[in-house]
Amino acid sequence: MNWKTFYALLARDGHVFRRNLIPMLMQTLLQPLLFTFVFGRVMTASGMMPAAYKSMLLPGIMAISMVLTGVQSVAMPLIAEFQFTREIEDRLLAPIETQWLAVQKVVGGMIQAIVSGLIVMPAAWLIMGSGTNIHLGRPVEFVVVALLVALFSASGGLTLGCSVGQTQIGLMFSMVLAPMMMFGCAYYPWSSLATFPVLQYLVLVNPLVYASEGLRGALAPQFPHIDTLVVIGALVVIDVGLLYLGLKKFHQKAVS
Amino acid sequence: MAIGIRIENLRKVYDTPPPTAARGAGFSFTPARTDKRKVELVALDGVSFEIRAGEIFGLLGPNGAGKSTTIGILTTRTQPTSGRAFIGEYDIWREQVKAKRLIGVVPQRPNLDFALNAREILTFHGAYFGQSKTEREKRADELLETFKLTDRAAHMARTFSGGMMQRLSIARAMMHDPEILFLDEPSAGLDPQTRLLLWETIRDYHRRGKTIVLTTHYMDEADALCGRLAIIDHGRIIAQGTPQELKSSIPGGYLLRLRFDHAPESLLAGLRALPGVTEARCSDNASVDLYADRGGTLIGPIGQCAQAAGSELRDVHIAEPSLETLFLHHTGRSLRD
Repeated sequence: MNWKTFYALLARDGHVFRRNLIPMLMQTLLQPLLFTFVFGRVMTASGMMPAAYKSMLLPGIMAISMVLTGVQSVAMPLIAEFQFTREIEDRLLAPIETQWLAVQKVVGGMIQAIVSGLIVMPAAWLIMGSGTNIHLGRPVEFVVVALLVALFSASGGLTLGCSVGQTQIGLMFSMVLAPMMMFGCAYYPWSSLATFPVLQYLVLVNPLVYASEGLRGALAPQFPHIDTLVVIGALVVIDVGLLYLGLKKFHQKAVS
Repeated sequence: MAIGIRIENLRKVYDTPPPTAARGAGFSFTPARTDKRKVELVALDGVSFEIRAGEIFGLLGPNGAGKSTTIGILTTRTQPTSGRAFIGEYDIWREQVKAKRLIGVVPQRPNLDFALNAREILTFHGAYFGQSKTEREKRADELLETFKLTDRAAHMARTFSGGMMQRLSIARAMMHDPEILFLDEPSAGLDPQTRLLLWETIRDYHRRGKTIVLTTHYMDEADALCGRLAIIDHGRIIAQGTPQELKSSIPGGYLLRLRFDHAPESLLAGLRALPGVTEARCSDNASVDLYADRGGTLIGPIGQCAQAAGSELRDVHIAEPSLETLFLHHTGRSLRD
């Protein structure tokens, strides 16, 4: 392992991230923030949603933003770089083991997911206006869950980025990301699915469920949520699985 | 200290399409299982050769012959199915990081990092190889200057023309001052002027004691640059040696067009008797076309012949065997078959 090279690769991604910051944030955060405005502000102010919905929604919005950012910030460049121009070749020839380049991509994605979460939380809070009841009462839980969510999103991005071709990007959004967001318990607590028992257990394969429920448990524990230990356990399993799969796929893509 | 390369019985079979531009062209397709659509492409079939430290080595062959696969294996980008390859003392596949430190690669198609500008492409490349900030800034400036890219340094690489991308690719490969420089079809698609600049750059780099490995399908390029060559076809090395050795392996491959002040019958008889000459034809009273298995080495004896016959040699043109004739000689097929 060669830390100098690892750091230089990370610095390159950071440089590109800063250069594309505004379009990147628009791409990943605009949709969750618009959702926040419509459901957290308009619907609650008009009385169609109870005011308490704001506090329930905010952790979910944070989970969605982190996951979207992490997945896209790893998957989209990878898809482009593994196309026939093979822009990534330069970095594959850097004096570091191939897998470490993938790990670097994951670390870069995690940082971006965390940055995005840190931007969205106050932004959403401001957009929703008064009456948002969020407190950082369980900081350790919050940090652990947030890190695991970042890792899941970035390794998910690695797996997707190495499995999807340029022509299938649209399909990736409509077939993977859209259902994941809708059935990710970001906009409603998992317990509210009790009236749809089959669906309630079916959605448990969706990693976003644990992200939303975990952040909800850490930030707004007054709402029903899946037990934090269960969330952490599930996220660890998902993280390890996706990371393993992503590294394997990356190696297949990188070496012919 | 210059570093050499050793290749032992390399074999590469693709079960997916190969990574290069030359998809399928010239590969031998062997259906593995008829029940599945799986195909096996034998890209390299037991290739062994050695590249000596500090030489310019050329890998010559038609598209799909296995050149890019060989380069891919030597640059850690392709996993050999069997066999081994060493850069210096390092097994390329098992000690990839050590091998990667010693090599610079100019790919067939520019694979520049399109998210960066020209200068950043060089400085980040230097950073990957652990160069300090001052070191990489200095080196990037020098290389931009050498490759006449200084005024475009702040431009994004994606806006560059093909020739500029190629120059930047070479600059990038030289950024960390590698001991071995690989160039895969470096002059494909370059205009003649840029091509000459490229040759000069390669020679300069070689003069600094570096090993150069290049693939080409231009005989003149191989001839102008390479100390030794290997001809590859269908994943096998069919001939190797210096350009001269290879070309003189073709019987009567050279055509020497000679002009004398006058060409008497005694001169023609003398020329026909020279070693390696297969035919001598006198088209008019002064010009002689000589077919021989060698070129320049005959000039001395020809001069002596002329002197003996009382005539004077005025002009010589040596038409050398082309890759086309060479390839035909070794495979019995034309390059374009």
